[in-house]
Amino acid sequence: MIRFENISKTFGKHTVLQNIALTFEQGQAVAIVGPNGSGKTTLIKSLLGMVIPDTGSIYVDNQNIKHDFSYRSKIGYMPQIGHYPPNLSIRQLIEMMTDIRKGIIDSKQLDFDIIKDFELEKIYEKKLGTLSGGTKQKVSAALAFLFDPQILILDEPTAGLDPLASEILKQKIFKEKNKGKLILLTSHILSDLEELSSHLLYIQDGQIQLFKQLSQLKEEYDETRLSKIIARLMQVKLSPSLPQPYWV
Amino acid sequence: MNKVIKYVIYDILRNKFVMSYTLLLLLVSLAFFGFEADANKGLLSLLNIILMVVPLVSIIFTTIQFYNSYEFLELLSAQPIGRKTIFLSQYLGIGISLCLAFVIGVGLPTILLEGTTKGLTLILCGLLLTLVFVSLALLASVCTKDKAKGIGIALAIWFYFSIVYDGFVLTALLSFSDYPLEKASLFFTTLNPSDLARIIILMKLDISALLGMTGAIFQQFFSSILGIFIAIVLLILWIIVPAWRALAIFNKKDL
Amino acid sequence: MKKLTVIFILLSQLTFAKTWKVNNTSELLKSVAHSSKNDSVIVKKGIYHITNLIIDKPIYLIGGESQPQNYPIFDANYKGEIITVKSSGVYIGKIEFRHVGETSSIDWAGIKVLESSNVTIKNNYFRDCYFGVYLSACTKIQVLGNTVIGHPKEEQTTGNGIHAWKCDSIKIANNYVQGHRDGIYFEFVTNSLIRQNFTTQNIRYGLHFMFSHNDTYELNQFVNNGAGVAVMYTKHVTMRSNLFKNNWGGAAYGILLKDISDSQIQHNQFISNTVGIYLEGCSRTNIIQNEFSNDGIAMRIQASCDDNLIQNNNFIANTFDIATNGNSVYNTILKNYWEKYDGYDLNHDGIGDVAYRPVSLFSTLIERVPQTMMLLRSFTASLLDKIEKIIPSLTPENLKDESPLMKPIRLVPFNPKAVTVQKS
Repeated sequence: MIRFENISKTFGKHTVLQNIALTFEQGQAVAIVGPNGSGKTTLIKSLLGMVIPDTGSIYVDNQNIKHDFSYRSKIGYMPQIGHYPPNLSIRQLIEMMTDIRKGIIDSKQLDFDIIKDFELEKIYEKKLGTLSGGTKQKVSAALAFLFDPQILILDEPTAGLDPLASEILKQKIFKEKNKGKLILLTSHILSDLEELSSHLLYIQDGQIQLFKQLSQLKEEYDETRLSKIIARLMQVKLSPSLPQPYWV
Repeated sequence: MNKVIKYVIYDILRNKFVMSYTLLLLLVSLAFFGFEADANKGLLSLLNIILMVVPLVSIIFTTIQFYNSYEFLELLSAQPIGRKTIFLSQYLGIGISLCLAFVIGVGLPTILLEGTTKGLTLILCGLLLTLVFVSLALLASVCTKDKAKGIGIALAIWFYFSIVYDGFVLTALLSFSDYPLEKASLFFTTLNPSDLARIIILMKLDISALLGMTGAIFQQFFSSILGIFIAIVLLILWIIVPAWRALAIFNKKDL
Repeated sequence: MKKLTVIFILLSQLTFAKTWKVNNTSELLKSVAHSSKNDSVIVKKGIYHITNLIIDKPIYLIGGESQPQNYPIFDANYKGEIITVKSSGVYIGKIEFRHVGETSSIDWAGIKVLESSNVTIKNNYFRDCYFGVYLSACTKIQVLGNTVIGHPKEEQTTGNGIHAWKCDSIKIANNYVQGHRDGIYFEFVTNSLIRQNFTTQNIRYGLHFMFSHNDTYELNQFVNNGAGVAVMYTKHVTMRSNLFKNNWGGAAYGILLKDISDSQIQHNQFISNTVGIYLEGCSRTNIIQNEFSNDGIAMRIQASCDDNLIQNNNFIANTFDIATNGNSVYNTILKNYWEKYDGYDLNHDGIGDVAYRPVSLFSTLIERVPQTMMLLRSFTASLLDKIEKIIPSLTPENLKDESPLMKPIRLVPFNPKAVTVQKS
C-alpha cells in the first residue's frame, strides 16, 4: 500500500533519513519508535508531502506521490499539536476540510463517530482560538477520521487528552484497524502502542533498525512487554565503543 | 483554490489587528479631509500615510500572519490540495483582507469626499502598494523558518524602500550631478515600488511642478498616458515577481 | 453762411452715402471698387472667393446676418490675403474669413490694416487664417468681439491671431483666439488696452508683449497656452484682474516677465501653472493682491530682479512658493498669506510672530540638480526641509516674509461670465 524506495534526506550537514526502503501493507498498525531526532517525524512528513526527499520515491497504491497530491485524500492525518486559524469556528474548519475534498469524496460517507463521541457538536460555533489544547486535539482527531481514509497517520494521538477521551480515541483506532486500514502511530506512551499496534518500526540515526511484527518480536526477545523490548533495542545501540548519542 | 481563500479571509477579517488597522485608516482619512479646507491638501497628507504606514502594516502583518499560521499550513499541506493552492490562498487571503481594510479605511472616505481622478489614483496606488508589500513579506517569510529573523527581514525591506533608498538616490544624484542623470533617475524610480506609486500619484497632484522639470525624459515619460500605464504595469510586476519567487521557494520548501 | 455750408456738406454726405447689397463675388468686387466714401456694402450669406482685396476708402463692409453661422464667407483658398485696409475710417463686421495662405516672406492675414486710423473690426470670424487680424503702424484701431481659430501645425508655419506692430491707442477687446502661434501679439504698441479676451491652446504665448509701454491688459483669460504669457522689455504696463491657468510645460509660465519696470500686477489669479510668475531683470514692479494656487512654483525670482514689492498675495497649495537662483535678495516680500506657514500669532493681530521662509531646501536642490525632482514629497525630501528649517544653510538667509498673514486675503474671484466672447 505504501512503499518507500531509497529515501534519503539531509538538512544542511545533518542526514535525517538514509536510504529508507520500506513497505507498509493494508491491515497493519505500525508503531514508529525511535529516539528524538531519529527521523520519525521526517519520515511521516515526507509521506505527507511536507518534506521533499533528496533522493528516492514514495508510492501510495503504486502511485508516485511526487507532483500529484490526490493520494492525500486517502490519508487522515492527526498532527501532534493542532494550530488552527483562531477566528474560525469548528464548524467552519470542518466545512473547509470538506470543501477541499469536494468531488473527491462522497459527503454521505463521512464518519462522524469521533465528533459524536467527543460531543463536539455542542461547541461547533466556538472559535478555534478559544479552545484548550485538549479540545484542539479532539478536533484534530475528528478531522483525521472524518473522511473515512484508508490510511491513518496519528502523531502522538493521545497526548493532552483526558483518560476518558484517550480511551474513546483508542477504541476508534482499534475499530479502524479491524476494518483493515493501515495505521501509522507514534507515541511516547508505550502501553498505548502495545495495545494498538501490530508492527514495530524502530528508527535510529535515520536508518531502519528493525521492522517486525510485534508478536514475532515478543517471541524473539522473550519479553511480553513492549517497553522492555524497546529498552533492549536501545541498549544494543548504546555499545560502549560508540560515542554517547546526543539524545541521551 | 477558493475552497480555502474564503476561510482564510473570514479568519483574517475578524483579526483584531486588521480591524484596528481599518479603524485607524478611517479615522486618519476623515481627520485629514475634515481638518484641511482644501481637499488637495487632504490628499497630500494621505499620501504620506500611503507611502509609509500602508507598506509597514502590510509587510509586518503578512509576515506575522504567515508564521502564525505555519502549523496550519502544514496541516493543509497534508490535505489533497497542492502547494500552489495553499500559497495562493494565503497570499490572496491576506492581500484581499488588507485591501478591503484599505478600501474601507481610505477608499470610501476619499471617494465620498474627493471622488476625482486624483482620489481614485491615490486609492489605486494604495491598493497596489499593499499587494507589493504582501508579496515582499511572503518572500521574506518563505526564506527563513525563524519568525524573529523573518520579521527582521521584513522590517529591513520596509526601511530600505521607504527611507534608505531615497537617501541613496539623493546622494547619487547630488554626487554625480555633472553627468546626464535623466535616464538614471527614471531607472532609479522603477527600482522602488514606493517611488513608483509616489510619482504616479504626484502626476495627478503636483502635475504643474513635475511638468516644469527640465529633465525632459523623466517628465515626458510620466506625463504621457503610456508612461503612467507602464508605471502601473511595473508596480504590478513588483507584486507578481516577488510573489512568484516566493511561490517557487514555497513549492520546494520543507515544512 | 459758413455754418450752412457745413450742414449742407454733412447732409449731402448722409444723403449720398449709398448702400450696396451684394450676392456674388463679382458684385462684391464691383461695389467695393465703385463705392464712395461712407458707403455701406452689405454682403448676403454665401461663399465669396476673394484674394488680396484692397480697401482704400472709408466704407462699411458688413455681413447681412447677425448669427455667426449665417455670416458670408470670404475664402482665399490658401492663395493669399483676403482684405488689406489702406484707409482710415473703415468698418468691417459680421464676415467669416477663411483659408488665408501661408508664405514665409509676407504675413498674409484675414484683415490687414496698414498705416491707418479709426478702423473698426468687429464681430468677425476667422477660421484657418495664417494671421487673423494684422495691424501695422496704425492708431486708434478697435478689434472687438472677433473669434479667431486656427489649426496650428508648427511654430514656423503658423501666424498670430491678432497681431499689432508699431501702433498707438488701439483697443483689443472681447476676442477669442485659439490655435495660433501667439494669441495676441504686441510689439512697439503704446497707450493701448487689451481687455476681456480669451486666448487658449496657442502653440507659443497666449499674449506676447514686447516694447509696448504704457499699456493695460485686464480681465483677460489665458488658459492652456503652450508657454503662457510673455511680457518683455516694457515700462509702465498694468496687468490687472487676469486669469492665468493651466499653462504647463518645461518653459511655460503664467507670465514670463523679462526686463519689466515700473509696472503693476494686481488682482490676477495664477492657477495650476508650472510657474506662476517668472521674473527676470524686473525692477520697481508691484505684485499685489494676486492669488497663486496649485502652481508648481508660484514665483520664480531670478537674482537680476530688484526693488520689486510682493505684498498681500495668497499662496495656496503650490508645490513650491518661491524659487530663486541667487543668494541675495533685493526685493521686498511682506504680509503675504502662505498656506504652508505653520507659525503662531500670540497677540492675535493677524500677523504671524515668526518669519516665513518661502524657499525650501528641496526646491534649492532641484535648482541645482533638476533630477532630484523625482524625490518630491518623499520622506527624504521632507526630512531635509525640516532640518533646513531649524538650521538654514543652503537657502537664502534674507529671503523671508517677516510678517506673514494668518488668514488669506479676500480677493474678488474672477468671473468668466463678465467676459463675453463668441465661439461656435
